[in-house]
Order: sequence, then structure tokens, then C-alpha cells
Amino acid sequence: MAFITANWNPLGEAFYRKSELYEMCWNLRDGLRDCLVSAAPYGGPIALLREPHKRSPSSRPQLEIYSASGVGIASFPWKSGPVVHLGWTVSDELLCIQEDGSVLIYDLFGSFKRHFSMGQEVVQSQVLEAKVFHSPYGTGVAIVTGSSRFTLATNIDDLKLRRLPEVPGLQGKPSCWVVLNQERQTKVLLSNGPEIYILDSTSCTAVCPPGLGPQAGSIVHMSVSFRYKYLALFTDSGHLWTGPSHLQDKMSEVDTKKSTPPKQMVWCRRPKSQQPSVVLMWDRLLMVAGVCNDTIQFPTEDQCVLVGELDGVRIISSANQELLQEVPLVCQDIFKIASMAPGALLLEAHREYEKSSQKADEYLREIKEQSMLGEAVRQCVEAAGHEYNTDTQKSLMRAASFGKCFLTDFSPDLFVSTCRELRVLNAVRESSVGLPLTHTQFKQMTLQVLIDRLVYRQFYPLAIEICRYLKIPDYQGVSRVLKHWASCKVQQKDLSDEAIARTVCLKVGDSPGVSYSHIAAKAYECGRTELAIKLLDFEARSGEQVPLLLKMKRSQLALSKAVESGDTDLVYTVVTYLKNEMNRGDFFMTLRNQPVALSLYRQFCKLQEQETLKDLYNQDDDHQELGNYYVTASYREKRLENRLSLLQSAVDEYNKAKNEFSAKATEEEMRLLRFQRKLDDEKGAGLLELSLQATMEALLALGLHKQAEQLYRDFRVPDKRYWWLKLKSLAEKEEWEELEKFSKSKKSPIGYLAFVDVCMKSNNTYEAKKYVSKVTPEQRVKAHLAISDLEGAADAATERRNESEMAAVLSRCSTSDRLLIDRLNRARACAVKK
Amino acid sequence: MAAHLSYGRVNLNILREVARKDLREFLDKCAGSKAIVWDEYLTGPFGLIAQYSLLKEHEVEKMFTLKSGRVPPADVKNIIFFVRPRLELMDIIAENVFSEDKLQSSRDFHILFVPRRSVLCEQRLKEQGVLASFINIDEYILDLIPYDGDLLSMEYESAFRECYLENDQTSLYHTAKGLINLQALYGTIPQIYGKGECARHVANMMLRMKREFAGSQNQILPVFDTLLLLDRNVDLLTPLATQLTYEGLIDEIYGITNGYVKLPPEKFAQKKQGEASKDLPTEPKKLQLNSAEELYAEIRDKNFNAVGAALSKKAKIISAAFEGRHNAKTVGEIKQFVSQLPHMQAARSSLANHTSIAELIKDITSMCHLASEAFFDNLTVEQEFMTGVETDKVNPYIEDCIAQKDPLIKILRLVCMQSVCNNGLKQKVFDYYKREILQTYGYEHILTLNNLEKASLLKPQTSSRNNYPTIRKTLKLWLEDANEQNPNDISYVYSGYAPLSVRLTQVLARPGWRSIEEVLKMLPGPHFEERQQLPAGLHKKRQQGENRTTLVFFLGGVTYAEIAALRFLSQMEDSGMEYIIATTKLLNGTTWIKSLMDRPESQIS
Repeated sequence: MAFITANWNPLGEAFYRKSELYEMCWNLRDGLRDCLVSAAPYGGPIALLREPHKRSPSSRPQLEIYSASGVGIASFPWKSGPVVHLGWTVSDELLCIQEDGSVLIYDLFGSFKRHFSMGQEVVQSQVLEAKVFHSPYGTGVAIVTGSSRFTLATNIDDLKLRRLPEVPGLQGKPSCWVVLNQERQTKVLLSNGPEIYILDSTSCTAVCPPGLGPQAGSIVHMSVSFRYKYLALFTDSGHLWTGPSHLQDKMSEVDTKKSTPPKQMVWCRRPKSQQPSVVLMWDRLLMVAGVCNDTIQFPTEDQCVLVGELDGVRIISSANQELLQEVPLVCQDIFKIASMAPGALLLEAHREYEKSSQKADEYLREIKEQSMLGEAVRQCVEAAGHEYNTDTQKSLMRAASFGKCFLTDFSPDLFVSTCRELRVLNAVRESSVGLPLTHTQFKQMTLQVLIDRLVYRQFYPLAIEICRYLKIPDYQGVSRVLKHWASCKVQQKDLSDEAIARTVCLKVGDSPGVSYSHIAAKAYECGRTELAIKLLDFEARSGEQVPLLLKMKRSQLALSKAVESGDTDLVYTVVTYLKNEMNRGDFFMTLRNQPVALSLYRQFCKLQEQETLKDLYNQDDDHQELGNYYVTASYREKRLENRLSLLQSAVDEYNKAKNEFSAKATEEEMRLLRFQRKLDDEKGAGLLELSLQATMEALLALGLHKQAEQLYRDFRVPDKRYWWLKLKSLAEKEEWEELEKFSKSKKSPIGYLAFVDVCMKSNNTYEAKKYVSKVTPEQRVKAHLAISDLEGAADAATERRNESEMAAVLSRCSTSDRLLIDRLNRARACAVKK
Repeated sequence: MAAHLSYGRVNLNILREVARKDLREFLDKCAGSKAIVWDEYLTGPFGLIAQYSLLKEHEVEKMFTLKSGRVPPADVKNIIFFVRPRLELMDIIAENVFSEDKLQSSRDFHILFVPRRSVLCEQRLKEQGVLASFINIDEYILDLIPYDGDLLSMEYESAFRECYLENDQTSLYHTAKGLINLQALYGTIPQIYGKGECARHVANMMLRMKREFAGSQNQILPVFDTLLLLDRNVDLLTPLATQLTYEGLIDEIYGITNGYVKLPPEKFAQKKQGEASKDLPTEPKKLQLNSAEELYAEIRDKNFNAVGAALSKKAKIISAAFEGRHNAKTVGEIKQFVSQLPHMQAARSSLANHTSIAELIKDITSMCHLASEAFFDNLTVEQEFMTGVETDKVNPYIEDCIAQKDPLIKILRLVCMQSVCNNGLKQKVFDYYKREILQTYGYEHILTLNNLEKASLLKPQTSSRNNYPTIRKTLKLWLEDANEQNPNDISYVYSGYAPLSVRLTQVLARPGWRSIEEVLKMLPGPHFEERQQLPAGLHKKRQQGENRTTLVFFLGGVTYAEIAALRFLSQMEDSGMEYIIATTKLLNGTTWIKSLMDRPESQIS
């Protein structure tokens, strides 16, 4: 513990420390010499291409992929063309940029994914140098060709090549260049001898870094910081210029007293850095040059590679890997010798407490007197996050926990989350996993991405463990891991379909959010159709299965799944697909087995293809519907003959359906049509299209009583209706004598109140009165009221001793009918009594 | 604007706000000025979500109705089609797009499908060669539209017809989707009950969709305790009966569409002194009816016979309030009075409106009016059927009505009612009615009659046993002497008849369906109960005396009287249950029967 500051080196106000991350697991015979190396930031994997320029077919260069801790992941001989540059994408894919401008993409395990080209003209001019860069848009590639032209692709997943304008006077490649990302624009900064240019998509502008005197010489190396904010330039006179990347300021200029350009130069800073610095590497020397003009120098034994990180620099050598970073302020506060910061005191207090010394109380009191206990706890927790050593983490967390006991309302959130995150980080830092992430990096990359990275490396159990430990909702956590796992599983060629399906189902179960159709699609991509079908069976979302099933030509299955989903649009989709794929007979048969699909298709036909509708009914021997079909069709006909023949077909079908009523009714309809046509022809009566009732009405109105009578008999019209009809017709024509005759022709089937009403409608009280006496006793009151004979109504009601009738009469009385009212009231009282 | 949606037990305004947000987002996707071309059917439902002002804020400058030919000229950058996913509409859109190209203008086209995108339709647009002309093709998920504080409607008119005549369950799919969306906003509903084939189907789809999206839904404390899914065909009787609540009668007589009613203007003439009074308005008076109007909320669910008293009581209160100005002495008091004026004036005009409506209805329904005799006779026959009087014989009143050529729908309502109350008509009676109808109204109606038969509304008796009386007695569907003024039972909404659907709902709450197993078996379709697992920690801790909330979903439509009955149950002090109502469509006997009719137009010239 006491030596925690042993590896601290002062630089200006700040300290820099270099701590070991791993002893590398790899065993590299020739070290890193003669290798093309690329290590991804955020503790990403390392790719090595040995002797990239060896070209004899007998000994091809070997491409090797390692985890950050040096565990071998893949290794294979490089059979393609000469590689200029290696780089990693944000999703852990390896980009191999070849001389001819083609870019080959491999996954972590060395399997080829796809390739693209940086342009046709590059094949001729060849790539001289290339760089892979990251921006909010994804991973990009920049190249400079033999014809001194730059080409950019900002996002390799949405490839758009941009050829940048020519640089005046540039021959071959520039002395050095970097890719910048400024104001959402990707630019190239390059130097050609003493000149510096900025290249964007439209122009090439010469720039001059402020304060860089002409005596400084020409720029031979440059480096941009992790987030493109700062720029470092190294001149052939050994001067190091630093400043913001927009080149409008200068931060410092250091004379390194080195005449050779460094092999690598990387910014080393952290968010809220006190003292940003640049790390420069020569063959046997590592130099940290601060903005404050101070430097630290480390001798190096071996060939190294520097990897710039968000908050430091990783130094990878063939033997080990170290992290060089500025000591975070909070750690400085706590561990600086003789520090009186509250965190330092709390750590001390806890140490004394563990020794059962009363000094613990003294320290605590000192913190409390300044009311800094909360701050002390916070410091310890924060510092623990920055420490890599688990013992240091523990002692800091224990101190924090100890301090927390003396606080009443201190939110435990920070403490708890830091504890959890540290456990996760310690787990992934394990050499066997090999993700040397700092807490700052972890926070920046987010948990989601960390889980993705674990999944890319196929650390499924660990990923699931972490998801569960951190209680991430299944949908975003465990399920995602399982999905990846299953997609990977289905590609295992040595297992049978049956075995894979079983294992997948067992593990994935019905985890929410795992799409079996997605897994099945993967299986189908690998040519395992049978497996895909087996897997689709587990898919809960029937709708999801349909597109893939159609793609695999399992149309019958697709149809039943579509039906199952309940989504009628989906059913329609499959049906239209089947209709085009199958011959008509098979198509109909298929539908027949799927009633839901069949009725939907019928609906479709009703609106779009009437003829097909008939065929469908025919196939099912649905005579009832065929009958309806012909009836409907008959109305579309313009000629009576055609209409009649369609109606005859309807009659036939109704008969086959044993629907006697409909058959008869349709026959009647035909009879009526013929009758109407005949009369229209003979008398121009304009009957066609009228209903039977309306036809009789029209005939009576025209005085064609005989013909009306004929219809009445032929169509067996009920007496009641016919009497109503005749009654109304006569009254309308005011043929009162005829009416009276009619009333006496036989006993009225509709009673005589109807006669009263009809007369009154024509305001003929005189005629109405004739029928009042004939009305049945039950209706007599109504009849009297109809002709406004209140007296008569009152008499009838009183006679019948019917209370509600009396009330009805009363309601019609006005105040002037005093006598009548009294009489009725008396009768009413009398009736109620009884 | 829509404050009334948030007053109820469940804040339905959330749903409306979500819908508005989605609409705004879509409109903003089409940058620049725009014109909307409407599938006319959608304008009503959209009116419940957003007024023109919202559209205007998002640069909608013109609105047209979708019709063939060319989109009228308008100087806008975007043309957006708001349509249902129907093939025939796609053809019209294609035509629109084609005629546009000829004009060589550069307007951008977009389609918004309501309520869902359709592969089939997009396919059709592709076949027509216009699919690529559309910049945005999107869907606007509008399943359950908040209609009132306790009422959701899908405004899906053809749902019943599609389900029972055409075996097309599209509406049920939308229902299930709608319920899933509802659960995303209001939490998982722990208990689902249902009765009927469609209910079963919806519940199955819901449970499956729930499984499919398990884990992705947010953790919300459930607002609804129970969901009850009811098929309309479980209770075919209720919509056939004439509704006797105030709102029900307005709907029966004038028809309420998308929350609006159009009334004859004469009664609403402005009674201003002097000049302008002589010309009467000729345009029908259009009124919005919902609980935002305090008075309407008070009287809408009353039996019409109790409305008069309520109105006159209100009139007294309002005039007393206006009298209050004489008591205002100090400046402060006057100021207070003036501040209340707008509210009082609104109340007064609301009172005037409803007094006019009530008068209109009274002219038609009141017993002592000559013209209203028909209404009364009709009601008497309905009540005879419902009480089981002579349902197995040809009814002379129906015969007379046919002879008088009364509107066909009225006849069909009555005949269907008789059939339902008799569990099918005797073959002779059945054939007699059908013949009468065909001979009087025309043979083309044979298709309609077939449809009614398919929907079991009008059918021949198959078994000799008529189980309607058993159902009526067990469920107490008929109560003599229903108290219309101060009701103590739901039967007041039909002056004696208690709607079967609502009775089922009531029994479910207490004592439970187990007590009526026998009756449930007589009604069509299965009945079932499902439970949905709630994530731990979301189980409601109920306060003592806190009411439970049930969402009753009527698949195939619901009447205003049924809603009134459910509201009555919610308000009953000891019921312990509050109801929110959802449906595919608000209907009455007339609109319902109309939706089942087929009328081929004759082409003979």
C-alpha cells in the first residue's frame, strides 16, 4: 500500500504512472519486429501480420489475431494480395487494406465476412498508405495513392467514396498525415516538406500552425488526440508543437533534442486532464512530453506498439502490456504523500480502525469538523473506480463504507453502482477474457457495447452472468446474448439439425425478445433449410415466420402461420403469393384447407374478381351462395332476357341447396318481371323494377283493377295486405262509393277502424262516420276519437268501463268540455272502485 | 380541448395525446406545405383526435376528399393521402398520381395508412406502377379512439358484418392490437373474461401477442382490473329494441355520428329581437354531444321520461344564478358575478339547446300526440316480444306496418326481434314474413334476408325448445314497473327491459358467472376466463372501499342505452365496480341492420 506512489512520475503539476496490465500470454518468437500490428482501442483485439512483404507462395505471411492479453484467437496464412494497413472497426471486425485498394473484412475469429474496394483507379495507382479512423458515423478508411490522391470512406457500412482534391506540388506520399473529424466533417491534415495543408471534400487549404517558427523545420510526424481535439506536430529539428486541432492556438513547443522522427507518437490525456501530454517512442526510449515543457523518459528494452485510449496510452511489447496515464486528480488527492484531503484522512481513519486504534476517531473527527465526510466518501469511491489493483479497490471501498456509517442521509447509489461496475470490470480484465478497460472507458463505451464485445468474443456465459448481475431487463440483456449464441450455434457444421434445434430451444426457451425467425434465417443463410424450419416452429410470432417460409418455398406452412397470426393482411399477402405460384387447382385446394384464408380470398374476389368467386363456390358445391351470386349478378344485367336467365340459374342453385323458399321466391320474381314487361309493352304502365305491392298499387291507380286482382290471386297476396292496398287506393282517388261497396263486399280482414282512419286522412268526416259503428268494441273509442267525437268516445269508454280508454279520452278534452270531463271522472272513479 | 377525457376513473386523454403526438410527428416528416387527401370515412374518427387547427399548425393548407381523377390544384409541396388499407382506394390513388404527372408539377406524395400498413395495398400500388412515387409510406395506428371520458370506439363500422357474415376477422386483429397498445399505456390487465367466438379469438391473439412482446413492455401499475370481452351476437336482442334514454333516443331518431348530431334547424332559430329573425336557418343544426357539456353529462343517460323534470330543475338553478346579480352590491361581488358570466351563459345556451332537442323528441314519442302513436305502438309490440307474448305467431302490427309500407328497416328490426325472442320463428311464420317483405319491398331483398339468417338474427326454429324465457327469467331481463325517474335497476334504459349484455356484466362482478352456467351455455359461443401474470411488485394494493375497474369491450358494437346502463352500474354505491366501455362501433338497431343489408342496384334501363 505504501508504495502506491512508487510508479508515479511528476510532470508539471500532475503525475504520470505506468502500471502493468498483463504479462502477455502469447509467445512471439521474433517479438514485434517486422510486423504489421493493429490493436483496437477500448482494450480491443490485436492483429499481427508477420512479414507482410513476403510474397513467395511457399511461405505466405501469417495473419494472427489475439485478445488484448495475448490469448490467441485465430491464425491463418494470408493468401490475398499485399496488405498495406490493418485496422479494427467499432464492432470488432478486422479491416485489411490491400495495395490494390480492396478492403477485406474478417471477424474476430478470422472468418471472411465481405470486401469492398476504395475505387477502381486505385488498382492502377496502388495504395501507399492507409488509415482507419472512427467517428460518430462509424468506422472509416482513408488512403493515399501512388498518384498522391486521397480517398475517404466515412462509414464502411454505408460505403460512399469521396475522392479529395489534389494537393499542389505533392509527389508520392506526404511526409505525414492524419484524419481529422471537425464540425461533423472529415478532413485530412498533411504536410509536404515545410507546407501544411488541410484537405476537405471541396478544397485544399494551406495552413500555418501559430507560433511554429520557420527555424523549426519541416514536419515529419503528426498525431491527433483520441477525440480529434488536439494536434501534435514533430519537426525535423526535434521540436514538438502542440495545440488545438483547429490550428488557431498554440499550447506549447518542446525541444526534444532528438533529431530522428519518433516511430510512434500518441496523445496521452484524459477527460479533464490537468496536464495533457504526448507520448513519443523511439527505438529504446519512451518520452512523455507535457504541455508544460517538462518531459519524462522511460527506457525501453523491446519493440513496442502504442495504443491511444480515451484516458491514456497502452504500451504493448512482446512480453507485457502497460497502461500509461495521468494519475486522476482524486487518486492524487488521496495517495499523495502527506495529503490532508478528506479522502486521504478517511482512508487513514479506516486503516487505524482496522488496527483497533483510537486514532481512527481522531481522523474521523477531523473530517467531520470540516463537514467533509460526504466528500471523503465520494473521493474514496471515485478513486476506487480508477484503480486497477483489486486490493487498492477493496481498501478504498471499505474506507468509503466505513465513512458512510457516520452519515445519515447519504445516497448509496454511487457506492453500490461503483461496487457492481468494479466487479464486472475485474471480471472482464481477467487475462483469459482480456478486455483491459478502465472505468472511464467503460462509462464511455456503455454496458450495452461491453456486452456486445463479450458476445463477439463468444464469452456467452460471462455475458449472461453480467446481464443478470446488473439486472438488465432481459430484452436488452440476456435475450440479446442468447440470440447471438443461437445464431452462432446454427452454423456449427458438426452437429445434426435435430441436436442443434434441441440445444437452441433448451437454452433460449421463450426468452422474451429472442426472435427464432432471426435465428432460422441465419440457419437458412448457411444452407440448412431443415434446421430453419425446425427453429421456426419455436417462433411465437407467427407473422415473423411467414416471409422466411415463403423464401424457403414452404408456402403451405407459410399460409397456416399467417392464418395463425390473425393478421389478415399477412394472410392476403401469402394468398396473392400462392395465387401467382400455383396452378389454379392446387391453389383452390390449398385454400380449401384453410377456411380463414378462403373466406378472405372470397372477400377479395367479391370486390375484385367476381368470376373467380363463382368458381370458388362451385368447387365447394356451395349452392346457396351460388344462388346468391346469380341473384347479385342478375342485377348487373342490362337486358331483361339475360337477367331472367341468371335468375333461372339462381333458382336451379337454390333448388340444389334445398332452399325451397328462395327458389320459389326467385321464380316469383321472374314471373313478376315477365308480367311487368308484358304490361309495359301493352299499356306503357312503367312497372318494371317495382315491387309486387308497388305494381298492384300502380295498376289500381291506373284503374287496371282486373290486372291488380290477377296479381293478387296469382301471387297469393294475403287478404289483409290487399285490402289495405285497395282501401288506400280508393280513398286516394276519393272514390267513396266504390269504397263503401268494397267495405260491404265481405267482412273486412283488417277491421273497420282502418276505413275510419283512411277517410279521416282525406278529412272526410262524413264518410268516416259510416264506418264507426262497424268497428269492434275494443277499437270503438279510438274510432270515435278519430272523428273527434268526444261524446261518443266517452260513451263507448264508459260502457266498456275501461280506465285507460277514459284517460285517453280525457287527455283529448279541452277545458271547455267541463261537463264531459266531470262525467268521465265520475265513471273513472267508479271503474277504479270496482 | 379534450379535458372531459381526463375526468373519468381512467385518464383516456393519455391515449388521445399519444395519437396526436404520432400525427404531428408524421406531418413533420413531410417538410413544407401540404395538402391532405382524405378517405372520407376517416374524417369523422380523426375529428375526435385533432381539429383542423392542429393540422394547420403543421402547414396543412388544403384538404380534399379522395376521388378519382386528379387532385385539385393547390400550391403545396406535399400531397398526403390519409386512407384505410383498401384495394379500391389504392386504385383511386394510383389514378390521382398518374394524372398528376401529366401536369409536370413537382409535388411530393405520401401515404398514411390508418390504422395499419398493408402489404397487399402496397403490392397493388406497385402493380399500378406508382409505389415508387411515394416518399413516405407510413401507418397511423388508430385503433381505440377516445370518444368520451369512459368510452373508446374503434369507429369500425363493418366489424359485425365482417365477423359474422364474411368470416373476416380483420377487425378482431385490430382489436387485439389495440388492446395490447392500451396495456402498454395503462398496464397489463390481470383478468380477462369473455363470452363468444370472437371474444375467444381476440383473447387468444392478445395472449399470444403478449408472449411475443414479453419483457419489452414497460412496468406500469395496472389501471384496469378486469377486461370483459363480449360478442355482439351473444346479445342480439338489445340493439334491436328502441333505446329510451335521452342520448339513445337522439341516436334512434337523428343518428349520432362520430360524436355529432344533425338536427332540424327550426327549433334552434335565434330568438333575437327585430330584424334578422324572419329568415329561418335552412342548414341542419350540428351539435357535438359529449360529457364536456355539463348539462348533457347529467341528462344523457336518464330515461327520456325523467329528462323534462331534470331540465326544468336546471332552468330554475340557472335563472336563480342570473338573479344573483341583484344581490351583488359591492364592487368585489359584482366582479365575482361577472367572472362567472361566461360559464353561466354557456350553461344557459346548453339548456336552450337541450330543451329544444327534448321538445323535438317529445313530439315524436309522447303518448298524447297523434303522430307519435306509431312510436308508441311500435314500443308496445317490442315489449310484448321481450316479455314473450305471442312470439310464435304472425304479429298483426308487423303485418299492418308492411301493408302501410313502413320503412323496411323498421320491419326488419321487429321481425328479427320476434325471431330472437322466440329462438327462431316457426317455419310457417318465418316464410310468411319473408314473402311479405319480398312482395312489398322487392325481391332484391332476398340477399339481405339471407344475410340476416346467416347472422342468426332471423332464423327458422330448429329445436322445439325456446330457451329465451329461461334466459329472461334467470337473468331478470324484464322488470315490471321500471322506475324511470329514480332508477334502481338497469332496466330503466329500455323502460322495463334490462339489456342482456349489461346483465351479464353485472352478474360477472357479483356473484360471478358460475351462478349462471346454465344460461351461459344457452348463449352462443364459449365463455372463458384467463389470467395474465403481472410482473412482481405490480400487484395493486387496494385501499379499502376502492372500486375495481373493468373494461367492457363490445365486439361488433354497442348502443348508447347499454352504455347508460353500465354508467348506472358504475354509479351505484354498492357496486364496487367502475366500467370503462370500448367497442368497435357505436350503433343502434337501424344502423346495425343497415350494415347487414345488401342492395344490388338494378341496371335495366
